[in-house]
Amino acid sequence: MESKIFDLGLVDFASARRFQQEIFQQVKDGILKSALIICSHYPVITLGRNYKEQNIKVNLQKLKKMNIKVVKTERGGDVTYHGPGQLIAYPIFNLVYLKKDIHWYLRALEKLIIDVLAEFGIFARRIPRLTGVWVKEDKIASIGIAIKNWVTFHGLAINVKEDDLFNFSLIRPCGMDIIMTSVESVLKKRVSIDEVKLVLTRRWQDDQGNLTRIG
Amino acid sequence: MTKVILPELGEGIEQATISFWFVQEGQRVNEKDDLVELTTDKATFNLPSPCSGVLTQIFFREGDTVNIGEVLAIIEEE
Repeated sequence: MESKIFDLGLVDFASARRFQQEIFQQVKDGILKSALIICSHYPVITLGRNYKEQNIKVNLQKLKKMNIKVVKTERGGDVTYHGPGQLIAYPIFNLVYLKKDIHWYLRALEKLIIDVLAEFGIFARRIPRLTGVWVKEDKIASIGIAIKNWVTFHGLAINVKEDDLFNFSLIRPCGMDIIMTSVESVLKKRVSIDEVKLVLTRRWQDDQGNLTRIG
Repeated sequence: MTKVILPELGEGIEQATISFWFVQEGQRVNEKDDLVELTTDKATFNLPSPCSGVLTQIFFREGDTVNIGEVLAIIEEE
């Protein structure tokens, strides 16, 4: 069985969701060992299972005018925003072959992000009980996952471009009053999505040799 | 009669919250079909049915918090 990386480029949330479903089925059926789907999304606000309406701060008509869709999803967590300035990764794993442990998997995703950011010279960290990755007190990457038959889908979003952060002001990300930051904001220079993508995919491939290492 | 028990979900996870039941009381369910979705931390988790039969009793409703090892429901096998 092989592991595959799929780069969908800039894609709308619904199309990526359908693609995830296809790949999810292949991993579930044992056709693929695991997969990493990477992409960026057109502006969209997604609602996790625990979302509260008051965490969207503007009315739906305004969002429509701004061409920002609002989509309910089956991932965990509250409300978040995705846009072209983020790198999104949807790892599809069968945890039966790794470790049937949701916390282990969430921490493994955080570790992957922290390692990627370290290659850019960014010291990022976990904050206990606040899933995600942080630079000082600001959030640089978000995580929201779903698990069915111990196969994972949904995943992580790393804020890369600074100009895309503005749209987070439309919501209370994860239902909290937090400040979002980005790779560009921390480094105070331009960084392309592709640069982060290259590092992420390389680390992913490295980790395939010994998957437990990412924990 | 089979008890549907909330299994171990990971180290340090003591409870989970019911998001919704895919199957209602009195309905038939097949083994491995989706039975109930739970949330914990930033994850949702689908618990498949441990057997085929009729879901006769549900002990926890949407929004309820359940401890690991607790009985969620009863399925009468056919």
